[in-house]
Amino acid sequence: MAAAIFQGFGASTALSLSKSIDSKRVKLPFGRSLSERRASFVVVGSDGRLVSDSSRARKLVTNAVATKADSAASTSASKPGHELLLFEALQEGLEEEMDRDPHVCVMGEDVGHYGGSYKVTKGLAKKFGDLRVLDTPIAENSFTGMGIGAAMTGLRPIVEGMNMGFLLLAYNQISNNCGMLHYTSGGQFKIPIVIRGPGGVGRQLGAEHSQRLESYFQSIPGIQMVACSTPYNAKGLMKAAIRSDNPVILFEHVLLYNLKERIPDEEYVLSLEEAEMVRPGEHVTILTYSRMRYHVMQAAKTLVNKGYDPEVIDIRSLKPFDLYTIGNSVKKTHRVLIVEECMRTGGIGASLTAAINENFHDYLDAPIVCLSSQDVPTPYAGTLEEWTVVQPAQIVTAVEQLCQ
Amino acid sequence: MYTEMVTLQTMDNIFYEAQRQGRISFYVTSIGEEAINIASAAALRFDDLVFPQYREPGVLLWRGFTLQEFANQCFGNRDDYGKGRQMPIHYGSNKLNYFTVSSTIATQIPHAVGAAYSLKMDKKDACVVTYFGDGGTSEGDFHAAINFAAVREAPVIFICRNNGWAISTPTSDQFRSDGIVVRGQAYGVRSIRVDGNDALAMYSSVQAARVMAIGEQRPILIEALTYRAGHHSTSDDSTKYRPANEIEWWRTARDPVSRLRKWIESNGWWSEEAESELRSNVRKQLLHAIQVAEKVEKPPISDLFTDVYDVPPSNLREQEMVLRETIKRYPQEYPGDVPV
Repeated sequence: MAAAIFQGFGASTALSLSKSIDSKRVKLPFGRSLSERRASFVVVGSDGRLVSDSSRARKLVTNAVATKADSAASTSASKPGHELLLFEALQEGLEEEMDRDPHVCVMGEDVGHYGGSYKVTKGLAKKFGDLRVLDTPIAENSFTGMGIGAAMTGLRPIVEGMNMGFLLLAYNQISNNCGMLHYTSGGQFKIPIVIRGPGGVGRQLGAEHSQRLESYFQSIPGIQMVACSTPYNAKGLMKAAIRSDNPVILFEHVLLYNLKERIPDEEYVLSLEEAEMVRPGEHVTILTYSRMRYHVMQAAKTLVNKGYDPEVIDIRSLKPFDLYTIGNSVKKTHRVLIVEECMRTGGIGASLTAAINENFHDYLDAPIVCLSSQDVPTPYAGTLEEWTVVQPAQIVTAVEQLCQ
Repeated sequence: MYTEMVTLQTMDNIFYEAQRQGRISFYVTSIGEEAINIASAAALRFDDLVFPQYREPGVLLWRGFTLQEFANQCFGNRDDYGKGRQMPIHYGSNKLNYFTVSSTIATQIPHAVGAAYSLKMDKKDACVVTYFGDGGTSEGDFHAAINFAAVREAPVIFICRNNGWAISTPTSDQFRSDGIVVRGQAYGVRSIRVDGNDALAMYSSVQAARVMAIGEQRPILIEALTYRAGHHSTSDDSTKYRPANEIEWWRTARDPVSRLRKWIESNGWWSEEAESELRSNVRKQLLHAIQVAEKVEKPPISDLFTDVYDVPPSNLREQEMVLRETIKRYPQEYPGDVPV
C-alpha cells in the first residue's frame, strides 16, 4: 500500500526539532538537495518505489505530519490549509463523513444539543437532526449494543463513550458481539462501527476517569484499534475508521483535545494500519503513541542537545501493529525504547515488546526497554498523578542507558 | 401454521436424540413453545428483522430455512452459513432477516433497538422483533433497551417467552414483579400478556402489535406465558429441580401443538391420517437431512482465519501458515474430515 512519506526536513510541527535535522542524516530515496525538497513532496510506496499517479497518491496527503509555522511571526493567511484544535479536527472529519454518507450516524451521551462533553460533536445535531446525532440514556452496554444492531442493519454508527473508562461497561457487547458477529455469522453480517472516546490520564480526573483501555481491548479478535495524537492524524484516522468495514476503536486523549495545528484544506484519509515517523534518527528507535508522543519529543530536545539522535515513531495503529515501519526502524538503529501511557502489566508495550522480539531479534543490540505507567490506580493528588505516567526525564535516562 | 409446529416439534425431538446418540455435540429444544415460535413468525412479514435469543428456530423454519440447512448448522459442516464457527442452534440467515444467535443473554435486545433506529431512518415499512426469556429481563440490557425504544419511539416488538424457568431458576426467584408485562408498562411501552400456548392468540397479538409498531412508530411488549417442557439444553436434566409429573403434564395436557390440532380437527380441516402422514414424512426428511449433513465435509482450515476482519491481517496470515506447517508435519494428529 502506498505510504505517505515522512518529511524529516525543514517544515515540521513545533514539537519536533527543525534545527537539529542534518541533511546528511535524512535518508530520502533520491539525491535531491534539502532546499529543493522543501518545495515538493514525494509519495513512496511501501516497497520503496516512487508512486506517481496512483489514485491513492492523489487522495493521500504526502505529509505524515502537517506543516506548522516555524515562528510566531509567520502569517497564517499566506500558508495553505487552516488551523484548528484537535477536537475541531475530529469534528471536521466526522462532519465530512456524515455529509458524504447518509448512513453515518452518531450515538452517545450528551452528543446532541450539548455537542458532546469534549465538543467533538458540536453543531452536528443542529445540522443533521437529532435522529442522526442521537442522545442516549446512561446505559453504555446497551447503546453500544444498539450501535452494533444498527451497524448490522446497514448504518455506520459512531458510538461515543463520554470517557473511555465508561466503555468498560460496554465490554460485553464489544467483546462478545462487536468483535465476534462477523465471524460467527460466517461473514453474513458486518459491523462497520466506530467506538471512540477520550481516555488516558488527565489533570486530576480521579482514578475512575483515567482509564487506559487499549490494554484491555487489545486481545479482542475482530476489532481494530488506533490512537490519534495530532489534529492531522485525528481527522485522517476518524475518516478512515468510519469508512472501514471492520469495527474500529479510536482512542483519543483528554489532554490533547486543545492541541492546535494547521491541517490541509483538501480531503485526506489516513491508513488505519500505519505508523507515523515523527522524527527520523540513527541511534535509537522510540515507539510511542497518543500523549506520550509529546513527552518523547520533549525528551528528544534534551537528547539532541546531549548528542543523541533518536528516531521517534508514533505507532498510531495499536492493533495491528505496523511492524513494517517499526521493523525498518529497528533494522536501522538496533535499539528500541517503548514509551506508553498504559500500565506496565499487560499493556500495549508488553505486546509490542513480544512482537519485536519475535520478529526482529537478530537486529537488536540491546534488550527492548519499555517505559509505562505504574501499575496503580491514578491518584488524585497532582504531584502523585504526574509520577504515575512516564516523564521526559525518565525517557532521557532510559535512552542514555540504552545507548551505552 | 399447524404443519410447521409439528415440523418444529419433530425436528426438536430428532435432533435431541441425535445429540444423545453423539452425532451432534449440543442442542436446545423449544418443546412447549412451538406456538410462540410459529404463530408469531406467521404474523410477521419477511422484511421484519428478527433478533432471537436461542429458543426460536421456529421463526426461521417459518421463513423457509430448510431442514437440511438446520442440520448443516448443527453439524457445522461446509454448507453451514456460519461456516462451522458457532455451536449448534446458533442459526443466522442474512437473507431471511434472522440475525445470528449469540449465546449471551439479552444482548440482542439493544441490537434490536439499534436496528429499529436504522429502519426508522430509512423510513421502511417494517419493524423489528426480538425474543427473550423471563430470565433475560433481569439483564441490564433489557431495561436500557426498552427504555430507549420508548423514548425514541422505535418500532420494536419485544416478545418475552415467559416459560417459568431460567435453567433451574424459577420465576419466583427471578423477579417479584407481576411478570414482565408490568415492566413494559413501567417504561411507558404498551404491553400485553398472552397465553403463549394458544397459537391463535399469539398470532392475533403479534399481528396487532405489528400494525401499532409500524403505524404509530412505537415499541410494544408481548409477554407470552408458556412452559419450558423440555430441558434447558442437552447439558441439563430438569428433573433435578422440578417434579417429573409437572413436566409430563405440560407436555401432554397443555401441549400447544395438540391444542391447535384439536381446534383444526374440530373444524374438519385435519384428520388422523393427515397427522400420521405428516409426522412420518417430516421424520423421514429429517433423518435424511441428518444423514446427508453428517457426510458433508467440515469447513476448510482457511475458514478459521477469514471473516475476523474484512481482510485477514498479517498476524492472522502468519498464524495460518504456522498451523499449516504443523498439519503437514503431523498429519496423523489431524482430523480426517476437515479439508486443509
